[in-house]
Formats: sequence, structure tokens, C-alpha cells
Amino acid sequence: MSFPWAEHYTPKAPVMKWLDERLPLPRLVYGAVGAGYPVPRNLNYFWNFGVLAGVALMIQIVSGIVLGMHYAANELVAFGTTEHIMRDVNAGWAIRYAHANGASFFFIVVYLHIFRGLYYGSYKAPREMVWLLGLVIFLLMMATAFMGYVLPWGQMSYWGAKVITGLFGAIPVVGEPIQTWLLGGFAPGNAALNRFFSLHYLLPFVIAGVIILHIWALHIPGSNNPTGVDVKGPQDTVPFHPYYTAKDGFGLGVFLILFSILLFFAPNFLGHPDNYIEANPLSTPAHIVPEWYFWPFYAILRAFTFDFFFVPAKLLGVVAMFASILLLFFLPWLDNSPVRSGSYRPLFKKFFWFGLIPCVLILGYCGGAPAEEPYVMLSQLASAYYFAHFLIILPAIAYFEKPLPLPNSITEAVLAKHGAKNDTDSRGLTPGAVPAE
Amino acid sequence: MLRPALVAIGAFFTLMLLYSFGAGAVSYISEPPAATVEHEFHLPPKEVAFSFNGPLGHYDRQQLQRGFQVYKEVCSACHSLKFVSFRDLQQIGYNEAEVKAIAKQWAIKTPDVDPATGEMSTRDPVPADKFPKPFANNVAAAAANNNAIPPDLSLMTKARHHGSAYVYSLLTGYQPQPAELLKKFPDAATPPGLNYNPYFPNLNLAMAQPLVAEGQVTYTDGTKPTVDQMAQDIAAFLTWTAEPKLENRRSAGLAALVFLAIATGLAYAAYQNIWRDKKH
Repeated sequence: MSFPWAEHYTPKAPVMKWLDERLPLPRLVYGAVGAGYPVPRNLNYFWNFGVLAGVALMIQIVSGIVLGMHYAANELVAFGTTEHIMRDVNAGWAIRYAHANGASFFFIVVYLHIFRGLYYGSYKAPREMVWLLGLVIFLLMMATAFMGYVLPWGQMSYWGAKVITGLFGAIPVVGEPIQTWLLGGFAPGNAALNRFFSLHYLLPFVIAGVIILHIWALHIPGSNNPTGVDVKGPQDTVPFHPYYTAKDGFGLGVFLILFSILLFFAPNFLGHPDNYIEANPLSTPAHIVPEWYFWPFYAILRAFTFDFFFVPAKLLGVVAMFASILLLFFLPWLDNSPVRSGSYRPLFKKFFWFGLIPCVLILGYCGGAPAEEPYVMLSQLASAYYFAHFLIILPAIAYFEKPLPLPNSITEAVLAKHGAKNDTDSRGLTPGAVPAE
Repeated sequence: MLRPALVAIGAFFTLMLLYSFGAGAVSYISEPPAATVEHEFHLPPKEVAFSFNGPLGHYDRQQLQRGFQVYKEVCSACHSLKFVSFRDLQQIGYNEAEVKAIAKQWAIKTPDVDPATGEMSTRDPVPADKFPKPFANNVAAAAANNNAIPPDLSLMTKARHHGSAYVYSLLTGYQPQPAELLKKFPDAATPPGLNYNPYFPNLNLAMAQPLVAEGQVTYTDGTKPTVDQMAQDIAAFLTWTAEPKLENRRSAGLAALVFLAIATGLAYAAYQNIWRDKKH
């Protein structure tokens, strides 16, 4: 795939030759994540997060399937079976805490992965399809995480389900029938819990399918890189294996260490205490908040406090919340600067670091805070900037900005960084050359 | 065509939000939100030094047993512990015979069906049973408690922020309403039937002070049963009921971290080795 100098698979063991002739699975793996996939040699640690997101999905699927063996999706017993897992199932506590915190880690690595794409312009031509499929994965993740949070049937599960499905209730005329249809009733109950469990089990496999498309689309142009300049020749790339498998192995170790610290020593740090109270339709929690990874969007939802003529504020908030994600689908065409990497875009860089990043962090903070002043005012300012950044500022920057001179090639940038004149290694060989052994 | 439309949408949202911000700021300045009594008089939980605090802390089995005694003699009259079984008490240091005896002598009996007649009846609990509930259902619980249902305590310390310290603070926090509060918020006098406690979110709770005097419980291990001591012990016991696997979790975590530190070190060495000749 991708580049003419990509290595082709040649089976060594007779059994692999036999298999390759009948089902070229080894060939597929070799070309996808093996030595047959040439990758730019200058990727930094931000390029670890795609692999880590895949690992996080695997952790979720494996732990989730085991939890599903002990959990019962019935409003009378769901909370109790969750506690049964925590107390009586062998290592049940570890599996459930891994699943709950695994969801958080999945979002952490995916947010960093998206951050990487935004800063280095990975959404630009010719990688638009990679970006669009990634956003589809992100939306599926959000749906899966929301439905999963309902399953323990605690107070936040119940009231979160009520608030989120209530968003559809804001749609004029058809809103309330839609909400009733989604829940299978007028309020969250057994029907809702059962369908959420069913879909929560299904969607991760849909995500896995879209990930295959995401990687397939990536392999056509190959990976972007921190300079954003195209790969020019074999000297610019290294084979994925062993170079990036080794680097990703190290990244995975760091990921698992941080994951273990949370899982084993602060497993409820990212959760909400109210979800250890069984769902009670008669008692509304003082502050209904979603999980932390939804906070920026929740803040945008609550930032709209004024009706616009006949459009109620609640509907505006709902539309804006969905728009805040959907606008990312248009990003490749909103930002038409020919330069990909933010490192060579002085104006973009300023707005990115001093505008977008603080604004998203403020939105995240306000989304978790109660709907009081000054949090509402702060989230109004930050939401205003969020929409302005993507829909007004980015197209304008592309028009006004004078980018810094780009390196002629990846290799040139790497050599300049090391202050080296030529690209020979300790054996006096140039990269891409095969040592004569 | 696409881009002007998107820019227009962006301008609409941005202006709408800036307008909302302006209007909100004006009303915030012209009519600042009134201070609430909860905001001014609610207190965060007290600092308590529990043996299980910190990432490597352990439960103190003696303390858990004392806490269990407080639950048995004070709390269990109203509060259920529905996710905990008698057999679980072996984890806090009781032996099998003791657990059997505790279950058999438990004041509340386990509902069952009479094997001879098929009618509803009760029997002595056995170690495999969960702690029986003091009230048959929520209606009975509300009727007996001035309409407030005593919550189940199994998960209480995980169901509140800083739960262990919260339970301790609440139990030792009962006091008369401060005169200053009544002066500032004359309408906030504690209603009859409720009790003032600054550690409770809305300051007034239905539960009357449960731990009232030293010696309410007689400890068998010689510890002096002050109100403060009893409150600490029950808070520790309820931390155990909420997180019985805390010690397994921490020791497994330590082993996992040692393993991962070595594995990650090796992975780093492999990464450096493979890349040593490649400038990047």
C-alpha cells in the first residue's frame, strides 16, 4: 500500500506460505501494521494515541463482555448485580473499575488524538476521509459511553438518561413523541435500560468496523507528520515494524501505568458519588452532571439562556451542542490554508494555543460546575469563541496568514534539527539502504 | 457557497452567545444573586486520620469490629445494609463460629416461606444471608420515621463526597442553630421534626442525633467509647461495607505498577535500541 518502496510480504516459513496462498491474512497484517507500511520517520509522541485508542477499545470490549456475564439489565436488579460484581465475582471489582475508568482513558487518548489532528492539520487533503471517519467513531463513542453510564442504574444514570433524551424533547412538535419513542416510555424505565444495554453491547463492534475503514483510509496517503510536508522518497520513511511498534510499545507502557494508578488507587476519582445511590424517579439530584468527557458540550448546551424570537433557548442550546461537533465535519473545507502543520503557521498557532485550547478547558470546567454564575457567563464567552474559532477565525486566518518557509523534505527537517550535514548512521549507511550482511 | 453559509451560522451562534453573556453580566451586576443559607453555613467534612487514608493504607480490623458493634447496637434499628452478608464479617476478623452466632442472634429476622404451610414467616439469619432490613418496605420505613426513609448504608461512604469523613462529621456535627444564622436568615429556622447539622447539604436532616453520650456502646477491646471514637469507628466500618476489596485492590495495584515499571523500562530500552541509528 501507499508508497512504491513499501516492502512486499514474502513468507519464510512453509506454513505461512501455505496460508498466504489460500488466505492472504499475513500479507494484510504485514502491509497494515508490519514492515510493509512505510511511515514518516519524524513522528513525535502525539502519534502514539491512535494505537492507544485501539488498545483502549480492546480493554473496553474484553472487560465489558465479562461484565455482561454477571450483569442483568432489569430495573429491579441492575444496581444490585453491579454490586454483586463488586463484591462476589472473582476480581469483579477490578473488571468493573477497569471498564469504568477505561471509558475515561479511551476519551483521554481520543481527545489527544483529535488534538494532534487539529494542530498538525491531519484533517486536510488528502486525509479528509480519515478525519470524517474519525469523527464518526467519536460520535459512536459518545453514544456508547452515554448508554453505558445508564446501565448501573444509579441516580446519575437515571437522571442523565432523562436529561439527555430530554434534549430531543426540545425539538418542536415531534420532540416529545421522539423522546417517548427513544425511551420506550414516558420516563427511563425497564424498556430504556434493556435497549441501552443491547445497543451498548452492539456499538463497540460498529466502532471496530469504522476503525478498520479509518485505518484503510489512512493507508492510502500514509500518515501525516509534524512538519506536515509530504513524503518525498524512501529516505523520509521507516517501516512501521519494528520502528513504530517499538515506540508504541513504550507509549503503551506509560498509558498502562497511568491507567493502573487510577484504576487501583483512585477508581472513583472521575465518577460521581450520586451514582452509588440507586435510581430513584422521585428524588432529583441537586446537580445533574454527565461524565467529565461530556462537560465541554454540556457547557455549550447550558450557555443559551435567551429565546431567539420564537426559538426557545433550550432548543438553541441543543442545536448548538450538536453543531459544535458537526461543524468539525466541515473543518477540511473551512481551513483551506495549504500548510498543514501548525508549527509553520504563526497566526494559527496563536489562536490555537491562546484561543481554542483555553476555551475548551474553560468549557470543560464550567460543564462540570453547577449552572450558576459566574460559570454560565464563562461558558457563554468560551462557547462564543468556540464557534467563532472554527467558523469565522480559521477561514480568515487561511486568508491573511503568511506561513513560515516549509522544509523541502522530512529528511531535511530532521537533519536540520540534529545539525547534521548528511544522513548516514553509525554504520555509514543512508536510511532506506539495506545493509549488506 | 458552503463557506459563507457556515460563517453565517458561526456569526449567529457567536452573537447570540455574546448577547446572552452581556445580558447575564448586566443582571449579575445590577441584581447580584442573593446569598443562600446553605452557601454561608454549610461546612466541608472535618479532617479525620483513618488507617485506610492514603494510597497504601489498610483497614484496622479492631476498629471495623468496633464499628460493626455500633452499627448493630445503634444504626441497625433504622438503617439496612442490604448488600452485605453476615459471611462477609469473616473479612473483618470474626471466625466462622462467631459469624454463625452473630447471624443467629440478630434482632431482625430474615423473611422466608414456612416450609410446612407455605405461608410468609421469618427465620433466624444464617451466614449466607444479607443483613435483614429493619422495615418490610419503604412505606413502613417512612411511616415509622416521620416520612423520611432511612437510607441503606452499604454504599454510604461512596455515595457522598469524602464519604468516610462525611459520615464522621455528620455524626459529630449536631448542634443548636447558630444565633448568627437566625439573625441573618430569619426564615431558615430548623422546622420541627428536623435537626440542625452544618455538615448536611441543606443543613436540616430528619435523623436525630444517633450517638449522644459516651458509653452508649460497650466496647469489648477496652477502647473508651466516646462519641468521637464511636463516630470514627462506624465511619470506618461503613467505608469497609462500601469498598470491601480496598486492600486487595491496593496490593494488586502495587504489583501491577512494579510489573509495568519494569516492562515499560524494557520497552523504552527496545525503542532506543531500534532507533539508535535513525535520526528523527
